[in-house]
Amino acid sequence: MFLIDYIKDIYGAVKSMAIGMKRTAYYFTHHKEIITQQYPDNRAELVLPERFRGEVVMSHTDTNEHRCTGCTACELACPNGTIKIITKFDVSPEGKKKKAIDKFIYHLELCTMCNLCIEACPTNAIQMAQNFEHSVYDRAQLTKVLNRPGSMLEEGVE
Amino acid sequence: MWSLSNIAKSIDAWLYEVLPPTVALITEMVIVGLLAITLFALLGLILVIMERKVAAYMQIRLGPNRVGYKGMLQSLADTVKLLMKEGITPAGADKMMFNLAPFIAMITAMLLLAPLGFARDLHIWDLNIGVLYVTAVSSLSVISILMAGWSSNNKYSLLGAMRSGAQIVSYELSAGLAILTVVVLTGSLQMSEIVQSQANGWWLFKGHIPAVIAFVIFIIAVTAETNRAPFDLAEAESELTAGFHTEYSGMKFALFFLAEYINVFIVCAIGATLFLGGWMPLHIGNWKGFNHVMDYVPSSIWFFGKTFFLIFVIMWFRWTFPRLRIDQLLNLEWKYLLPISMFNILLVTLIAIKGWHF
Repeated sequence: MFLIDYIKDIYGAVKSMAIGMKRTAYYFTHHKEIITQQYPDNRAELVLPERFRGEVVMSHTDTNEHRCTGCTACELACPNGTIKIITKFDVSPEGKKKKAIDKFIYHLELCTMCNLCIEACPTNAIQMAQNFEHSVYDRAQLTKVLNRPGSMLEEGVE
Repeated sequence: MWSLSNIAKSIDAWLYEVLPPTVALITEMVIVGLLAITLFALLGLILVIMERKVAAYMQIRLGPNRVGYKGMLQSLADTVKLLMKEGITPAGADKMMFNLAPFIAMITAMLLLAPLGFARDLHIWDLNIGVLYVTAVSSLSVISILMAGWSSNNKYSLLGAMRSGAQIVSYELSAGLAILTVVVLTGSLQMSEIVQSQANGWWLFKGHIPAVIAFVIFIIAVTAETNRAPFDLAEAESELTAGFHTEYSGMKFALFFLAEYINVFIVCAIGATLFLGGWMPLHIGNWKGFNHVMDYVPSSIWFFGKTFFLIFVIMWFRWTFPRLRIDQLLNLEWKYLLPISMFNILLVTLIAIKGWHF
């Protein structure tokens, strides 16, 4: 019947409005729910979500060893040419030539933090760091070499 | 006893004593005008910061918290910024109408202040057709919006103004009918008499369910009339940039902004006067002690307290509900609010004739 539908309509509208207003009233009175981070003030104790992706870094051990074999899987996986790997040939004491990375070049200014390089890496050489304060005065500073000078490939990583 | 009306009376007596009657009257008018402007400026500052804080807490944010104690001076800083900005008039605009529109918005808001009773026996002008005056003058505000939208020579402004016209004209009806229910119950159009009739209880409680329905309809209709969310189609930041005040900048924009908040204050003050007893303290039946304690609270505090409660409710609406589409907006008015309020006023008339209200 028309009138019953009409009244049901109004009842439903009022009910759903009341639910919405109850929610906002809850937030209004419960200030502990506030999610604002007072960023520059709380820099010291700032906690970022685990999944936050800031920049690509290469982890090094205490003995200045990394895990990158120079396979260029990350370079191929990168959708916008952020990574450039320059390889060289190390000569071992036995006179054997071995491929190693000379420079792992990472263009932060091109990176979209898509995480594809990290997923592509077969040896877990690179990770995503949580650092997000990237501003510099010269864009050349955003082109980074990720492997530290004089670093070697970790023993046992092929 | 100390009260606002006593101060007003003594100033009035003193002015008539030292000045000839005509000069005294003019002086009083100037004083009242200055007070009204001061009240507007203060209200603008308070309501803007209140709105921003309420919005922030409802959206689980902190809101402004840097300028002054907990950001309480933020709206003052914003005003100073707006004062220093250049007021640009677009090249294709109708210059006179463009510059006149914000002042009409302000003047309309100012005129509405006249019949309000701010405290016991404190009115600017307690005319005997107060309610009619309010409904008549409040519909003038649409002219300023249409003027602003038309003269801006901008498609967004014009669209916003047209929507606003459709909206205000339709919602005026149900707001008027909701106001009429109280007029029917009281039998008077005078604001002071309406307040006086609520000495033994507010109309919201005395008028049974029809009064409650009328109150709800009144709140919805005035939210639409003041162009506030969820009925802010005329401004609609996300689709019309800012609607009728897209082209305004600097102090002219500030006047529109201020007029919106002043209008909210005034409609809430009218709602408080009609349904919540204006400056009347809260009395519950025969609780002598309770009623006596309530009488000690100054009447102006009761008035402003009720008004700010209603303003909070309207802000609560704004930060809870999404914006309506224009067809939904008109549906709500013509298919729901108007028939309900018409039926409601019949019920109220029956109650008033039979004397069933308390």
